[in-house]
Amino acid sequence: MNAVTDAVTPALPAPIGLLAELTHRCPLRCPYCSNPLELDKRSGELDTAAWQRVLTEAAALGVLHVHLSGGEPTARQDIVEITRTCAELGLYSNLITSGVAGALGKLDALYDAGLDHVQLSIQAAEAANAERIGGLKNAQPQKFAFAERVVALGLPLTLNAVIHRGNIHEVATLIDLAVTLGAKRLEVAHTQYYGWAYVNRAALMPAKPDVDRSIRIVEEARERLKGRLVIDLVVPDYYAKYPKACAGGWGRRLMNVTPAGKVLPCHAAETIPGLEFWNVRDRSLGEIWAQSPAFQAYRGTAWMKEPCRSCDRREKDWGGCRCQALALAGDAAATDPACSLSPLHAKVQALAIAESALETAPDYQYRTIGGAPLVTQPEGVTA
Amino acid sequence: MSLSPDDVPRLPRGVRMRFDGVRGAHVLLAPERTFDLDQNAVAVLSLVDGARSIRAIAEALAAQYDAPRSVIEPDVITMLNGLAEKRVLDTAPAAPPA
Repeated sequence: MNAVTDAVTPALPAPIGLLAELTHRCPLRCPYCSNPLELDKRSGELDTAAWQRVLTEAAALGVLHVHLSGGEPTARQDIVEITRTCAELGLYSNLITSGVAGALGKLDALYDAGLDHVQLSIQAAEAANAERIGGLKNAQPQKFAFAERVVALGLPLTLNAVIHRGNIHEVATLIDLAVTLGAKRLEVAHTQYYGWAYVNRAALMPAKPDVDRSIRIVEEARERLKGRLVIDLVVPDYYAKYPKACAGGWGRRLMNVTPAGKVLPCHAAETIPGLEFWNVRDRSLGEIWAQSPAFQAYRGTAWMKEPCRSCDRREKDWGGCRCQALALAGDAAATDPACSLSPLHAKVQALAIAESALETAPDYQYRTIGGAPLVTQPEGVTA
Repeated sequence: MSLSPDDVPRLPRGVRMRFDGVRGAHVLLAPERTFDLDQNAVAVLSLVDGARSIRAIAEALAAQYDAPRSVIEPDVITMLNGLAEKRVLDTAPAAPPA
Protein backbone atom coordinates (compact mmCIF):
# COMPACT_ATOMS: atom_id res chain seq x y z
CA MET A 1 0.00 0.00 0.00
CA ASN A 2 2.65 2.48 1.00
CA ALA A 3 6.41 2.53 1.41
CA VAL A 4 6.32 2.38 5.20
CA THR A 5 4.66 -1.01 5.37
CA ASP A 6 7.20 -2.45 2.94
CA ALA A 7 9.89 -2.11 5.59
CA VAL A 8 10.67 -5.38 7.32
CA THR A 9 11.41 -5.05 11.02
CA PRO A 10 14.83 -6.35 12.11
CA ALA A 11 13.27 -9.26 14.00
CA LEU A 12 11.44 -10.46 10.93
CA PRO A 13 13.54 -12.48 8.48
CA ALA A 14 13.36 -11.37 4.86
CA PRO A 15 11.83 -13.90 2.45
CA ILE A 16 14.36 -15.57 0.18
CA GLY A 17 12.09 -17.41 -2.26
CA LEU A 18 8.87 -16.68 -4.10
CA LEU A 19 6.79 -19.48 -5.55
CA ALA A 20 4.82 -17.81 -8.34
CA GLU A 21 1.95 -20.08 -9.29
CA LEU A 22 1.22 -18.32 -12.54
CA THR A 23 -1.67 -20.56 -13.51
CA HIS A 24 -3.35 -23.76 -12.42
CA ARG A 25 -3.85 -24.84 -16.02
CA CYS A 26 -1.76 -27.89 -16.92
CA PRO A 27 -1.81 -30.52 -19.66
CA LEU A 28 -0.82 -33.16 -17.11
CA ARG A 29 -3.14 -34.57 -14.44
CA CYS A 30 -0.71 -36.04 -11.91
CA PRO A 31 -2.51 -37.62 -8.95
CA TYR A 32 -0.02 -36.09 -6.48
CA CYS A 33 -0.30 -32.52 -7.80
CA SER A 34 0.55 -29.95 -5.14
CA ASN A 35 -2.17 -27.59 -6.33
CA PRO A 36 -5.29 -27.29 -4.19
CA LEU A 37 -8.37 -29.41 -4.91
CA GLU A 38 -10.20 -26.23 -5.91
CA LEU A 39 -8.19 -25.00 -8.88
CA ASP A 40 -8.21 -21.34 -9.91
CA LYS A 41 -9.79 -20.64 -13.29
CA ARG A 42 -8.08 -18.72 -16.06
CA SER A 43 -10.52 -15.84 -15.79
CA GLY A 44 -9.39 -15.18 -12.23
CA GLU A 45 -5.65 -15.11 -12.94
CA LEU A 46 -3.50 -12.05 -12.22
CA ASP A 47 -2.50 -10.12 -15.33
CA THR A 48 1.03 -9.36 -16.53
CA ALA A 49 1.27 -5.97 -14.84
CA ALA A 50 0.18 -7.40 -11.51
CA TRP A 51 2.84 -10.11 -11.65
CA GLN A 52 5.46 -7.54 -12.61
CA ARG A 53 4.50 -5.44 -9.60
CA VAL A 54 4.66 -8.52 -7.35
CA LEU A 55 8.14 -9.34 -8.65
CA THR A 56 9.36 -5.79 -8.12
CA GLU A 57 8.09 -5.83 -4.53
CA ALA A 58 9.60 -9.28 -3.97
CA ALA A 59 13.05 -8.12 -5.08
CA ALA A 60 12.86 -5.11 -2.76
CA LEU A 61 11.87 -7.39 0.14
CA GLY A 62 14.95 -9.57 -0.28
CA VAL A 63 13.66 -12.42 -2.45
CA LEU A 64 16.52 -13.96 -4.46
CA HIS A 65 14.89 -16.96 -6.17
CA VAL A 66 11.63 -16.89 -8.09
CA HIS A 67 10.07 -20.23 -8.95
CA LEU A 68 7.86 -19.79 -12.00
CA SER A 69 5.40 -22.55 -11.46
CA GLY A 70 1.80 -23.61 -11.89
CA GLY A 71 0.13 -25.66 -13.17
CA GLU A 72 2.17 -25.33 -16.29
CA PRO A 73 3.75 -21.85 -16.34
CA THR A 74 4.35 -21.86 -20.10
CA ALA A 75 0.57 -21.99 -20.57
CA ARG A 76 0.70 -18.27 -19.76
CA GLN A 77 1.08 -16.17 -22.90
CA ASP A 78 3.23 -13.67 -21.00
CA ILE A 79 5.70 -16.19 -19.55
CA VAL A 80 8.58 -14.67 -21.56
CA GLU A 81 7.75 -11.17 -20.40
CA ILE A 82 7.52 -12.29 -16.77
CA THR A 83 10.86 -14.07 -17.05
CA ARG A 84 12.44 -10.95 -18.54
CA THR A 85 11.17 -8.91 -15.60
CA CYS A 86 12.87 -11.35 -13.22
CA ALA A 87 16.16 -10.91 -15.08
CA GLU A 88 15.86 -7.12 -15.05
CA LEU A 89 15.32 -7.19 -11.30
CA GLY A 90 18.28 -9.52 -10.69
CA LEU A 91 15.93 -12.26 -9.49
CA TYR A 92 17.02 -15.83 -10.15
CA SER A 93 14.35 -17.41 -12.34
CA ASN A 94 13.55 -21.09 -12.10
CA LEU A 95 11.03 -22.50 -14.57
CA ILE A 96 9.16 -25.46 -13.10
CA THR A 97 7.64 -27.15 -16.12
CA SER A 98 6.13 -30.33 -17.48
CA GLY A 99 7.97 -29.72 -20.77
CA VAL A 100 4.95 -30.73 -22.88
CA ALA A 101 2.50 -28.90 -25.16
CA GLY A 102 3.74 -25.36 -25.88
CA ALA A 103 6.76 -25.45 -23.58
CA LEU A 104 9.39 -26.32 -26.18
CA GLY A 105 8.15 -23.61 -28.55
CA LYS A 106 8.80 -20.95 -25.92
CA LEU A 107 12.12 -22.23 -24.63
CA ASP A 108 14.49 -20.26 -26.88
CA ALA A 109 12.66 -17.02 -26.13
CA LEU A 110 12.84 -17.80 -22.40
CA TYR A 111 16.58 -18.36 -22.75
CA ASP A 112 16.96 -15.01 -24.50
CA ALA A 113 14.87 -13.34 -21.80
CA GLY A 114 17.43 -14.45 -19.20
CA LEU A 115 15.97 -17.63 -17.72
CA ASP A 116 18.43 -19.10 -15.19
CA HIS A 117 17.32 -22.68 -14.61
CA VAL A 118 14.83 -25.30 -15.71
CA GLN A 119 13.24 -27.90 -13.48
CA LEU A 120 11.53 -30.52 -15.62
CA SER A 121 9.08 -32.99 -14.12
CA ILE A 122 9.47 -36.62 -15.02
CA GLN A 123 6.75 -39.05 -13.95
CA ALA A 124 8.72 -42.25 -14.54
CA ALA A 125 11.61 -43.43 -16.70
CA GLU A 126 9.49 -45.92 -18.62
CA ALA A 127 7.23 -44.09 -21.08
CA ALA A 128 3.98 -46.05 -20.67
CA ASN A 129 4.19 -45.82 -16.90
CA ALA A 130 5.06 -42.12 -17.01
CA GLU A 131 2.11 -41.38 -19.28
CA ARG A 132 -0.27 -43.40 -17.11
CA ILE A 133 0.81 -41.44 -14.03
CA GLY A 134 0.70 -38.03 -15.73
CA GLY A 135 -2.54 -38.85 -17.52
CA LEU A 136 -1.29 -37.62 -20.90
CA LYS A 137 -0.44 -39.79 -23.89
CA ASN A 138 2.75 -39.06 -25.84
CA ALA A 139 4.12 -36.87 -23.06
CA GLN A 140 7.43 -38.68 -22.65
CA PRO A 141 8.97 -37.97 -26.10
CA GLN A 142 7.97 -34.31 -25.71
CA LYS A 143 9.76 -34.18 -22.38
CA PHE A 144 12.89 -35.76 -23.81
CA ALA A 145 12.95 -33.29 -26.72
CA PHE A 146 12.47 -30.44 -24.27
CA ALA A 147 15.32 -31.66 -22.05
CA GLU A 148 17.60 -32.00 -25.06
CA ARG A 149 16.96 -28.39 -26.08
CA VAL A 150 17.52 -27.10 -22.51
CA VAL A 151 20.93 -28.76 -22.43
CA ALA A 152 21.79 -27.66 -25.99
CA LEU A 153 21.11 -24.05 -24.99
CA GLY A 154 23.49 -24.43 -22.05
CA LEU A 155 20.79 -23.95 -19.42
CA PRO A 156 21.18 -25.99 -16.24
CA LEU A 157 18.61 -28.79 -16.10
CA THR A 158 17.13 -30.41 -13.01
CA LEU A 159 14.84 -33.41 -13.31
CA ASN A 160 12.18 -33.68 -10.64
CA ALA A 161 10.77 -37.14 -10.07
CA VAL A 162 8.02 -37.53 -7.51
CA ILE A 163 8.35 -41.03 -6.11
CA HIS A 164 5.48 -43.26 -5.02
CA ARG A 165 4.23 -46.83 -5.21
CA GLY A 166 3.77 -46.63 -8.99
CA ASN A 167 7.39 -45.75 -9.86
CA ILE A 168 9.54 -46.56 -6.84
CA HIS A 169 10.94 -49.58 -8.70
CA GLU A 170 12.33 -47.13 -11.29
CA VAL A 171 14.63 -45.04 -9.09
CA ALA A 172 17.80 -46.57 -10.54
CA THR A 173 16.62 -46.08 -14.13
CA LEU A 174 15.53 -42.51 -13.34
CA ILE A 175 19.09 -41.79 -12.20
CA ASP A 176 20.46 -43.29 -15.44
CA LEU A 177 17.96 -41.20 -17.42
CA ALA A 178 19.06 -37.99 -15.69
CA VAL A 179 22.65 -38.71 -16.70
CA THR A 180 21.65 -39.57 -20.27
CA LEU A 181 19.60 -36.40 -20.65
CA GLY A 182 22.49 -34.27 -19.36
CA ALA A 183 20.81 -33.04 -16.18
CA LYS A 184 23.04 -31.55 -13.51
CA ARG A 185 20.59 -32.27 -10.73
CA LEU A 186 17.96 -34.86 -9.98
CA GLU A 187 15.35 -34.56 -7.29
CA VAL A 188 14.17 -37.90 -6.01
CA ALA A 189 11.23 -36.51 -4.12
CA HIS A 190 9.06 -38.94 -2.27
CA THR A 191 5.43 -37.83 -2.43
CA GLN A 192 4.29 -35.38 0.23
CA TYR A 193 0.73 -36.21 1.16
CA TYR A 194 -1.15 -32.93 0.86
CA GLY A 195 -3.76 -31.80 -1.67
CA TRP A 196 -4.27 -34.29 -4.48
CA ALA A 197 -1.66 -36.63 -3.04
CA TYR A 198 -3.62 -36.82 0.20
CA VAL A 199 -6.74 -37.81 -1.71
CA ASN A 200 -4.71 -40.46 -3.57
CA ARG A 201 -2.66 -41.55 -0.61
CA ALA A 202 -3.70 -45.20 -0.67
CA ALA A 203 -2.82 -45.42 -4.36
CA LEU A 204 0.56 -43.77 -3.87
CA MET A 205 1.94 -44.97 -0.55
CA PRO A 206 5.03 -47.12 -1.09
CA ALA A 207 6.05 -49.98 1.18
CA LYS A 208 8.75 -49.32 3.74
CA PRO A 209 11.25 -51.87 2.34
CA ASP A 210 10.92 -50.26 -1.10
CA VAL A 211 11.52 -46.82 0.44
CA ASP A 212 14.63 -48.06 2.22
CA ARG A 213 15.89 -49.63 -0.97
CA SER A 214 15.33 -46.41 -2.95
CA ILE A 215 17.36 -44.48 -0.38
CA ARG A 216 20.24 -46.96 -0.66
CA ILE A 217 20.19 -46.65 -4.46
CA VAL A 218 20.38 -42.85 -4.21
CA GLU A 219 23.23 -42.97 -1.72
CA GLU A 220 25.24 -45.32 -3.90
CA ALA A 221 24.60 -43.22 -7.03
CA ARG A 222 25.60 -39.99 -5.27
CA GLU A 223 29.03 -41.43 -4.59
CA ARG A 224 29.42 -42.93 -8.08
CA LEU A 225 28.26 -39.77 -9.89
CA LYS A 226 30.04 -37.15 -7.79
CA GLY A 227 30.83 -34.11 -9.92
CA ARG A 228 28.42 -35.23 -12.67
CA LEU A 229 24.99 -35.40 -11.10
CA VAL A 230 23.79 -33.95 -7.82
CA ILE A 231 20.91 -35.95 -6.35
CA ASP A 232 18.59 -34.37 -3.82
CA LEU A 233 16.51 -36.79 -1.81
CA VAL A 234 13.24 -35.94 -0.09
CA VAL A 235 12.29 -38.79 2.19
CA PRO A 236 8.65 -39.71 2.81
CA ASP A 237 7.20 -38.13 5.92
CA TYR A 238 5.14 -41.04 7.14
CA TYR A 239 8.21 -43.22 7.56
CA ALA A 240 10.48 -40.45 8.83
CA LYS A 241 11.89 -39.92 12.30
CA TYR A 242 11.61 -36.14 12.30
CA PRO A 243 9.37 -33.91 10.20
CA LYS A 244 10.53 -31.50 7.52
CA ALA A 245 10.71 -27.82 8.34
CA CYS A 246 7.74 -26.88 6.19
CA ALA A 247 8.92 -24.27 3.65
CA GLY A 248 11.93 -23.70 5.92
CA GLY A 249 9.63 -22.64 8.73
CA TRP A 250 6.26 -20.93 8.40
CA GLY A 251 6.68 -17.33 7.22
CA ARG A 252 10.47 -17.44 7.46
CA ARG A 253 11.82 -18.01 3.96
CA LEU A 254 9.11 -18.51 1.38
CA MET A 255 5.95 -16.99 0.09
CA ASN A 256 3.59 -18.50 -2.43
CA VAL A 257 1.38 -16.37 -4.68
CA THR A 258 -1.57 -18.23 -6.20
CA PRO A 259 -2.81 -17.60 -9.76
CA ALA A 260 -5.55 -15.38 -8.33
CA GLY A 261 -3.12 -13.39 -6.17
CA LYS A 262 -3.59 -14.88 -2.72
CA VAL A 263 -0.36 -14.99 -0.73
CA LEU A 264 0.23 -18.19 1.21
CA PRO A 265 3.00 -19.31 3.58
CA CYS A 266 3.03 -22.65 1.73
CA HIS A 267 1.15 -24.05 -1.23
CA ALA A 268 -1.17 -26.17 0.90
CA ALA A 269 -1.98 -23.53 3.52
CA GLU A 270 -5.51 -22.99 2.23
CA THR A 271 -6.48 -26.39 3.62
CA ILE A 272 -6.28 -24.90 7.12
CA PRO A 273 -9.70 -23.45 7.97
CA GLY A 274 -9.96 -20.06 9.59
CA LEU A 275 -6.74 -18.59 8.22
CA GLU A 276 -7.11 -15.17 6.61
CA PHE A 277 -5.06 -14.81 3.43
CA TRP A 278 -4.38 -11.41 1.94
CA ASN A 279 -4.25 -10.75 -1.78
CA VAL A 280 -1.69 -8.83 -3.84
CA ARG A 281 -4.60 -7.09 -5.55
CA ASP A 282 -5.32 -5.29 -2.28
CA ARG A 283 -1.96 -4.91 -0.54
CA SER A 284 1.79 -4.86 -1.11
CA LEU A 285 3.81 -8.03 -0.72
CA GLY A 286 5.79 -6.42 2.10
CA GLU A 287 2.67 -5.59 4.06
CA ILE A 288 1.39 -9.12 3.56
CA TRP A 289 4.68 -10.71 4.62
CA ALA A 290 4.90 -8.65 7.78
CA GLN A 291 1.29 -8.39 8.86
CA SER A 292 -1.08 -10.82 7.20
CA PRO A 293 -2.89 -13.00 9.77
CA ALA A 294 -2.02 -16.16 7.86
CA PHE A 295 1.72 -15.46 8.03
CA GLN A 296 1.51 -14.45 11.68
CA ALA A 297 -0.47 -17.53 12.72
CA TYR A 298 2.39 -20.04 12.92
CA ARG A 299 5.46 -17.85 12.56
CA GLY A 300 8.17 -18.45 15.18
CA THR A 301 7.56 -20.77 18.14
CA ALA A 302 5.03 -18.99 20.38
CA TRP A 303 2.07 -20.94 18.93
CA MET A 304 3.62 -24.32 19.70
CA LYS A 305 2.21 -26.90 22.07
CA GLU A 306 4.10 -29.77 23.68
CA PRO A 307 6.10 -31.74 22.71
CA CYS A 308 7.31 -29.04 20.27
CA ARG A 309 7.32 -26.18 22.76
CA SER A 310 10.19 -27.49 24.89
CA CYS A 311 11.88 -29.52 22.15
CA ASP A 312 15.46 -28.58 21.28
CA ARG A 313 14.64 -29.15 17.60
CA ARG A 314 11.90 -26.51 17.60
CA GLU A 315 13.99 -24.05 15.60
CA LYS A 316 15.26 -26.78 13.26
CA ASP A 317 12.04 -28.25 11.97
CA TRP A 318 9.64 -25.60 13.32
CA GLY A 319 7.14 -28.25 14.38
CA GLY A 320 6.94 -29.75 10.89
CA CYS A 321 4.04 -29.19 8.55
CA ARG A 322 0.92 -27.36 9.79
CA CYS A 323 -1.23 -28.74 6.99
CA GLN A 324 -0.20 -32.29 7.76
CA ALA A 325 -0.87 -31.71 11.47
CA LEU A 326 -4.36 -30.60 10.56
CA ALA A 327 -5.00 -33.42 8.10
CA LEU A 328 -3.74 -36.18 10.37
CA ALA A 329 -4.17 -34.89 13.91
CA GLY A 330 -7.16 -32.62 13.31
CA ASP A 331 -5.29 -29.64 14.80
CA ALA A 332 -3.02 -27.35 12.78
CA ALA A 333 -1.13 -26.36 15.96
CA ALA A 334 -0.32 -29.95 16.93
CA THR A 335 3.07 -31.56 16.42
CA ASP A 336 3.30 -32.91 12.90
CA PRO A 337 2.50 -36.63 13.31
CA ALA A 338 5.42 -37.36 10.96
CA CYS A 339 7.58 -36.64 14.02
CA SER A 340 8.55 -39.64 16.14
CA LEU A 341 7.91 -37.48 19.22
CA SER A 342 4.26 -37.03 18.27
CA PRO A 343 1.88 -39.25 20.25
CA LEU A 344 0.23 -40.09 16.90
CA HIS A 345 3.39 -41.14 15.10
CA ALA A 346 2.97 -44.89 15.55
CA LYS A 347 -0.59 -44.70 14.20
CA VAL A 348 0.60 -42.78 11.14
CA GLN A 349 3.25 -45.36 10.39
CA ALA A 350 0.73 -48.17 10.86
CA LEU A 351 -1.62 -46.40 8.47
CA ALA A 352 1.12 -46.05 5.83
CA ILE A 353 2.07 -49.70 6.20
CA ALA A 354 -1.57 -50.79 5.89
CA GLU A 355 -2.18 -48.69 2.78
CA SER A 356 1.03 -49.75 1.09
CA ALA A 357 0.13 -53.40 1.75
CA LEU A 358 -3.10 -53.21 -0.28
CA GLU A 359 -2.75 -55.94 -2.85
CA THR A 360 -4.01 -53.72 -5.65
CA ALA A 361 -3.53 -49.98 -5.42
CA PRO A 362 -6.81 -48.06 -5.92
CA ASP A 363 -7.27 -46.13 -9.18
CA TYR A 364 -5.92 -42.61 -9.28
CA GLN A 365 -8.27 -39.68 -8.89
CA TYR A 366 -6.68 -37.44 -11.51
CA ARG A 367 -6.62 -33.70 -10.92
CA THR A 368 -9.14 -31.70 -12.91
CA ILE A 369 -9.97 -28.04 -13.30
CA GLY A 370 -13.54 -26.97 -12.75
CA GLY A 371 -14.17 -28.41 -9.36
CA ALA A 372 -12.67 -31.18 -7.33
CA PRO A 373 -14.14 -34.60 -8.00
CA LEU A 374 -16.36 -36.18 -5.42
CA VAL A 375 -13.57 -37.41 -3.29
CA THR A 376 -13.56 -39.36 -0.13
CA GLN A 377 -10.93 -37.90 2.15
CA PRO A 378 -8.72 -40.56 3.65
CA GLU A 379 -8.72 -40.98 7.36
CA GLY A 380 -6.53 -39.17 9.85
CA VAL A 381 -5.41 -40.81 13.03
CA THR A 382 -7.25 -38.99 15.78
CA ALA A 383 -10.16 -41.39 16.06
CA MET B 1 36.96 -34.77 -10.47
CA SER B 2 39.68 -32.59 -9.10
CA LEU B 3 40.92 -29.29 -10.48
CA SER B 4 44.55 -28.51 -11.25
CA PRO B 5 46.34 -25.12 -11.44
CA ASP B 6 46.12 -25.08 -15.25
CA ASP B 7 42.34 -25.43 -15.32
CA VAL B 8 40.34 -22.36 -16.27
CA PRO B 9 37.24 -22.18 -14.07
CA ARG B 10 34.05 -20.44 -15.08
CA LEU B 11 30.57 -20.00 -13.70
CA PRO B 12 28.11 -21.63 -16.11
CA ARG B 13 24.77 -20.19 -17.15
CA GLY B 14 22.44 -20.31 -14.19
CA VAL B 15 25.12 -19.60 -11.59
CA ARG B 16 25.93 -16.04 -10.66
CA MET B 17 27.31 -13.96 -7.85
CA ARG B 18 25.46 -10.87 -6.75
CA PHE B 19 25.35 -8.50 -3.85
CA ASP B 20 22.23 -8.95 -1.75
CA GLY B 21 21.41 -5.43 -0.69
CA VAL B 22 18.74 -6.44 1.83
CA ARG B 23 21.11 -8.70 3.80
CA GLY B 24 24.27 -6.75 3.05
CA ALA B 25 26.27 -9.73 1.78
CA HIS B 26 27.37 -11.42 -1.42
CA VAL B 27 25.63 -14.61 -2.45
CA LEU B 28 26.14 -17.16 -5.19
CA LEU B 29 22.82 -17.98 -6.82
CA ALA B 30 22.52 -21.45 -8.32
CA PRO B 31 19.79 -23.96 -9.21
CA GLU B 32 17.62 -24.40 -6.10
CA ARG B 33 20.45 -23.11 -3.91
CA THR B 34 21.94 -19.96 -2.47
CA PHE B 35 25.50 -20.03 -1.18
CA ASP B 36 26.46 -17.42 1.40
CA LEU B 37 29.92 -16.15 0.49
CA ASP B 38 32.59 -14.96 2.88
CA GLN B 39 35.19 -12.35 1.90
CA ASN B 40 37.67 -14.95 0.64
CA ALA B 41 35.10 -16.65 -1.55
CA VAL B 42 34.09 -13.29 -3.02
CA ALA B 43 37.74 -12.47 -3.74
CA VAL B 44 38.21 -15.78 -5.58
CA LEU B 45 34.94 -15.71 -7.50
CA SER B 46 35.51 -12.11 -8.58
CA LEU B 47 38.53 -13.42 -10.50
CA VAL B 48 36.70 -16.41 -12.04
CA ASP B 49 36.00 -15.11 -15.53
CA GLY B 50 36.46 -18.08 -17.86
CA ALA B 51 39.84 -16.70 -18.99
CA ARG B 52 42.16 -16.84 -15.97
CA SER B 53 43.62 -20.18 -14.90
CA ILE B 54 43.58 -21.18 -11.27
CA ARG B 55 47.29 -20.41 -11.18
CA ALA B 56 46.64 -16.88 -12.48
CA ILE B 57 43.84 -16.41 -9.94
CA ALA B 58 46.16 -17.49 -7.13
CA GLU B 59 48.86 -15.14 -8.42
CA ALA B 60 46.46 -12.22 -8.47
CA LEU B 61 45.32 -13.01 -4.93
CA ALA B 62 48.93 -13.41 -3.79
CA ALA B 63 49.66 -9.89 -5.00
CA GLN B 64 46.44 -8.55 -3.51
CA TYR B 65 46.98 -10.05 -0.05
CA ASP B 66 50.77 -10.05 0.03
CA ALA B 67 50.94 -13.80 0.67
CA PRO B 68 52.83 -16.53 -1.23
CA ARG B 69 50.99 -18.14 -4.13
CA SER B 70 52.02 -21.58 -2.89
CA VAL B 71 49.93 -21.00 0.23
CA ILE B 72 46.94 -19.52 -1.54
CA GLU B 73 46.66 -21.89 -4.50
CA PRO B 74 45.68 -25.06 -2.56
CA ASP B 75 42.93 -23.13 -0.77
CA VAL B 76 41.60 -21.81 -4.05
CA ILE B 77 41.58 -25.34 -5.51
CA THR B 78 39.78 -26.73 -2.45
CA MET B 79 37.11 -24.07 -2.63
CA LEU B 80 36.55 -24.41 -6.39
CA ASN B 81 36.56 -28.22 -6.15
CA GLY B 82 33.72 -27.93 -3.66
CA LEU B 83 31.68 -25.86 -6.12
CA ALA B 84 32.53 -28.18 -9.05
CA GLU B 85 31.33 -31.19 -7.08
CA LYS B 86 28.04 -29.42 -6.54
CA ARG B 87 27.85 -28.83 -10.33
CA VAL B 88 27.89 -25.04 -10.07
CA LEU B 89 31.38 -24.51 -11.52
CA ASP B 90 32.69 -25.63 -14.92
CA THR B 91 36.06 -25.43 -16.59
CA ALA B 92 36.46 -23.52 -19.85
CA PRO B 93 36.09 -24.67 -22.50
CA ALA B 94 33.27 -26.75 -21.09
CA ALA B 95 34.35 -30.32 -20.53
CA PRO B 96 32.90 -32.65 -23.18
CA PRO B 97 29.93 -34.65 -21.92
CA ALA B 98 31.02 -37.96 -20.48
